[in-house]
Amino acid sequence: MIYEVSNLAIFIFIFIVGVVLGLSFYFARKTKSAASYYAAGGNIHWGVNGIAFAGDYLSAASFLGICGMIAFSGYDGFLYSIGYLAGWVVALFLVAEPLRKLGKYTFTDALDSRFNSKSIKLTAAISTLIVSVFYLIPQMVGAGDLVVPLLGLPHWIGVVIVGSIVIFIVATAGMTSTTYVQFIKGALLVVFSSILTFYILQNGLSLKPTESYHQFTELNAVVSSDTVVSVEDADYTVKATAVAGKNLFVRLEKDGADRWFKLSRKDDQTTLSEALSTTDKADGTKLFNGATQAERKFYQVGHLSKIIVDGKEVDKTGPVGPFEFIKILENSEVIRFSKASFSDGSDKVTVWYQQPTTGKDIMKPGLKYKLSKKAGATFWDKMNFLSLMLALFLGTSALPHILIRYYTVPSQRAARKSTIVAIAAIGFFYILTLYMGLGSMIGGVLDMESSNMSGPLLAKSIGVGLFSIISAIAFATVLGTVSGLIVASSGAIAHDFIDKYLQVEMSDKGKVKAGKLAAFGVGIFAIILGILFKGMNVSFLVGLAFAVAASANLPAILFLLFWKKTTAKGIAWSIVVGIVSSIGIILFSPSMYEKYGLIPKDAPIPLDNPGVISIPLAVITLVIVSLLTQKDNSTKDFTK
Amino acid sequence: MLHEPSVEIGTDKAAPKKAKLGVIMFVIYTVVYAGFVLIGLTKPELMGLELIGGQNIAIIYGFGLIVLAVVMGFIYNYFCTKMEDKLNKNQ
Repeated sequence: MIYEVSNLAIFIFIFIVGVVLGLSFYFARKTKSAASYYAAGGNIHWGVNGIAFAGDYLSAASFLGICGMIAFSGYDGFLYSIGYLAGWVVALFLVAEPLRKLGKYTFTDALDSRFNSKSIKLTAAISTLIVSVFYLIPQMVGAGDLVVPLLGLPHWIGVVIVGSIVIFIVATAGMTSTTYVQFIKGALLVVFSSILTFYILQNGLSLKPTESYHQFTELNAVVSSDTVVSVEDADYTVKATAVAGKNLFVRLEKDGADRWFKLSRKDDQTTLSEALSTTDKADGTKLFNGATQAERKFYQVGHLSKIIVDGKEVDKTGPVGPFEFIKILENSEVIRFSKASFSDGSDKVTVWYQQPTTGKDIMKPGLKYKLSKKAGATFWDKMNFLSLMLALFLGTSALPHILIRYYTVPSQRAARKSTIVAIAAIGFFYILTLYMGLGSMIGGVLDMESSNMSGPLLAKSIGVGLFSIISAIAFATVLGTVSGLIVASSGAIAHDFIDKYLQVEMSDKGKVKAGKLAAFGVGIFAIILGILFKGMNVSFLVGLAFAVAASANLPAILFLLFWKKTTAKGIAWSIVVGIVSSIGIILFSPSMYEKYGLIPKDAPIPLDNPGVISIPLAVITLVIVSLLTQKDNSTKDFTK
Repeated sequence: MLHEPSVEIGTDKAAPKKAKLGVIMFVIYTVVYAGFVLIGLTKPELMGLELIGGQNIAIIYGFGLIVLAVVMGFIYNYFCTKMEDKLNKNQ
C-alpha cells in the first residue's frame, strides 16, 4: 500500500523521538554504577514504575497487533487481551514479591540465588537471551510497519531506525532512562487510546465509513457449462479464471486494467463481486488491483453491509454508548476480507475477497481459532486455542524484561503496588483495544497487506494530527520496549554469562561497558530479524515469545518458589527442555511453513502455538530430574 | 556476596501469610479463567448466547476476566498491606 506523507506527521514523530533521546541523555549522566545500569539503582517510585510496567507490557504487540487482529478476526484478537492481562494475575499473586526478595539484577540471579550453580547461570542466561530475541522480533516488525505510512519509507528502514536509536539509548543510559521512557509512553498510550475510542463511539456505525470509501462492483455473469463466458455489463471482458480451494476467481478487464472478482452463486443467479488483489509478475514488477502502486488502486477496506438497531435497518446510528456499540454490531453484518493465493499463468496472485460475516460470529471466538464442529474444528484447532490461552496466562511472569522491573523499586511493597497500578492501567487499555479493533474493522481503513497498522490507520481517518501522535507514541512504544529487552539481554550476556558464569574479573565500570557492548550486538541481531519477519502479525509473534518464556522460565521460577525439593539440575534441565521443545514446535508449525514458502498443511506438527506440549514437558522434566538429584540438595543449607 | 538484593530488605514476618493469600487468590482466578477456556473448547456455541442487555457470554465473560483481575489486585494489596503493618510493627 502507498500512503501520503504529511509534514505534521514527520514533525510530531521527530519531536517525540527527540524527547525520548533527550530524556535518555539526561538520565545517562546519572548512570555510573552497574546497579543503576541494570536496575536503576532500585530507587524508582512505585507509581512511576507501575506505569512503566504498563509501558513495557503495552508493546507494539498490544497496540498494533491486538487492534489489527481484532480488526481482521473479531473476538479472537480480544482473546489476546484477556490472556495477556490474566498473565498479570500469576505475576502479582505468585511471583512479584518472592522474586523481588531473591534477585539482584537479573532473572538468572533470582533463579540461582539458592544454588550458586554454574548450569543454572548458563541455561538461564541463554533462556533470557532467547526469549528476549523472540520478543524483539515483533517489536522490530511493528516498527517497520509504522514508518511506512508515517514517513513514507520502506519497512526495512523503519527497522534500522528503531534498532539504531535503541542501541544508542541503551548504550548511553540503561535502566533508569528506559524506565522514564516507558513511564511517559505508557501514560500517553492509555490517554490517546481513550481519545480514539471516544471518537469511535461518537461517530457511531455507518454504512459508508469514509467519504472517499471505494464502492465495490457487483456484476451478473453469464455462465455456460460451468465456465464464465461473459458479463452482463459489456464494458468488462473475461480474461482468465482461477480456482483456489472452494472458490472460483475471474479476471475481468475494463479500460485496459485487469481486476479479480470472486464468483458466487445464489439461486439461479451467478454474481461476480470485486476483490482486492496483488499480482507478482514474472518480470519482478508488482501490480495492485491491476495498476501500479502509484495509481493507488489498492484501497483501504472494511465496512458494514447491514446495520440493525432495535430490529430496523438503518444507514447510520450517530453517537452510541460503549455497550450499545457492541450490541448493534452484534446484530449487524460486516464485510471482512479473506485471503486466497493462486497462480495465473506465470503470475503469482493474492486476492482478498469480500466475506460477509454476521456480527454474532464476530463477537465470539471462532473466526481465527476454529472451535465449533459446524465450522469444521479439528482436535488440533482446539489444541491451538488451548495452547494460546495457556501460553498467555503463564507467559507474562516469565518474561525477563518484565521480571527485571521488579528490581527497580525499593521494596516488596513497592513491587506489589507497581504491579497493581500496571494491572489497572493495562486492563483499562485492553478494554479499549476491543473498540479500537472493531472500529477499524468497520471503518474502511484496513490495509490488507498488514494487519498491524489497523489502529493507527483508524486514527488517520479521524485526523492526521491524531494519527501522527498515535503513530509516534506507538513508535516510542517500540523504542521503549526494545530498550528494556536489550537491557535484559545485555544483562544476560554481560552479567550472567561473562561475569558470573565465566567469572571474568571486571571492575564496576567494566561491567557497564560489557553490558553496553552486548547491547550493541543484540541490537544488530534484532534489526536483521525484524527485516526477515516482515508481514507477520506482531501479536501472533508475541504469542510465540510468551510460549517460549512460559515453557523455559515459568516452571523454573514457580518450582523454585514453591517446591522445596527443586534442585539446580532440575531447573537447568527444565529450562533446556522448555526452550528446545517450544522452539522446535514453532519451527515446524504451519505458520512457519507458510513463512518458508512451503505448504502450511505439510507441517509435521499441526500446532501454531507450542505451549500445550512444551510447558507440561518442562514441568515433568523439572520434577523428574529434581527427584533423581535429591542428594545434591542434602549437602546444602537452605535455612536462610 | 554474590546474591544480595540490590536494595536491603528487612525480614518480612508477613511473607508466609502473604504467600498463602497469593496462592488462594491465584487458584480462584485460575478456576474462573479455566471456565472461559473450557466453554470455548467444549461448548463454543454457548459463547454467542445473549445474557444481559444484548451482550453475549463471550463479551461479559471476557470483560469480566479483565475487571476481576484488577479488582482482585486491589483486594490482595489491601490485605497484604494490612498484614505487613500488623506483623512488622516492632521493626
